[in-house]
Amino acid sequence: MKKIKKIKIKLNGREKLINDNLRIQTLIKDLKIPLKKVAIELNQEIIDKKKLNKIKIKKNDKIEIVHFIGGG
Amino acid sequence: MLKDRLSIAGKKFNSRLIVGTGKYKSMSECAKAIKLSGAEIVTVAVRRVNITNKKKPLLMDYIDPKKITYLPNTAGCFNSKEALRTLRLAREIGGWKLVKLEVLGDKKNLFPEMIETLKSTEILTKEGFKVMVYCNDDPLMAKRLENAGAIAIMPLAAPIGSGLGILNKVNIRIIRLQTKLPLIVDAGLGQASDATIAMELGCDGVLVNTAIAKAKKPFDMALAFKNAVLAGRQSYLSGRIQKNLMGKASSPTEGVI
Repeated sequence: MKKIKKIKIKLNGREKLINDNLRIQTLIKDLKIPLKKVAIELNQEIIDKKKLNKIKIKKNDKIEIVHFIGGG
Repeated sequence: MLKDRLSIAGKKFNSRLIVGTGKYKSMSECAKAIKLSGAEIVTVAVRRVNITNKKKPLLMDYIDPKKITYLPNTAGCFNSKEALRTLRLAREIGGWKLVKLEVLGDKKNLFPEMIETLKSTEILTKEGFKVMVYCNDDPLMAKRLENAGAIAIMPLAAPIGSGLGILNKVNIRIIRLQTKLPLIVDAGLGQASDATIAMELGCDGVLVNTAIAKAKKPFDMALAFKNAVLAGRQSYLSGRIQKNLMGKASSPTEGVI
């Protein structure tokens, strides 16, 4: 069986190892995050949610997933 | 009597009380306090999703954005770049264009950094945002924000979370007289009567968070603020009497025995 290559990324400020060639949509799905309630940034650029299945995550990418919380 | 409603960016609201959703002990406490306050607009913050603890309750599960207007706020941003990033993300979450801009300048007193605030207001307005702007109680700066495209002026009563109440009533009154935009006192209120005073000065609304969330009885305080805003608004619309240095008897002098 072919071994899947892992790459290091930064997700919400923390280092994480993920499979190479993973699409952002798959990552969000794996994390069980409700897409309707979040916004996603890739290397400080907001990603259109419709394009998530087209973007492959690269080594050292910085991904931020944010949502609304209580605040003043 | 025609219904006296608050109008913000073309949308009408029955309540003139806006409440923050921070500092509560729990999400359910927050949701109940909001319900009791009668508020139809709540401020919310944009933060990272907790990746490790997915069981953490989500705000949207407790406060339905279809029923209550979410007002994304840039609390915690100390420059224009951070504020713009935050609000662009907020818009992406669910199409929010009505936002509250708050750019702070000092970590201790939390006063707004007005140069960065003005700059951000211009940029956000150009990008199609409807910007409600947290600002100093400075009439000149309020005018500049209005010229830059702000859709509501939100001067502080006192430093955020201080509970000191309205420190400069004169300035709030001057801002009221110079603008037709919604004027909402934001930050620094400590008790319900502070909200009444703001409304009596002619403000269109007040924004409260800490004074309710950190009261000994948040639910009772939420109700107190609701009533205080109503009382203040009614008092303002009723037209107060002139102030006199000397006393004027309430009973007629004629027929005194």
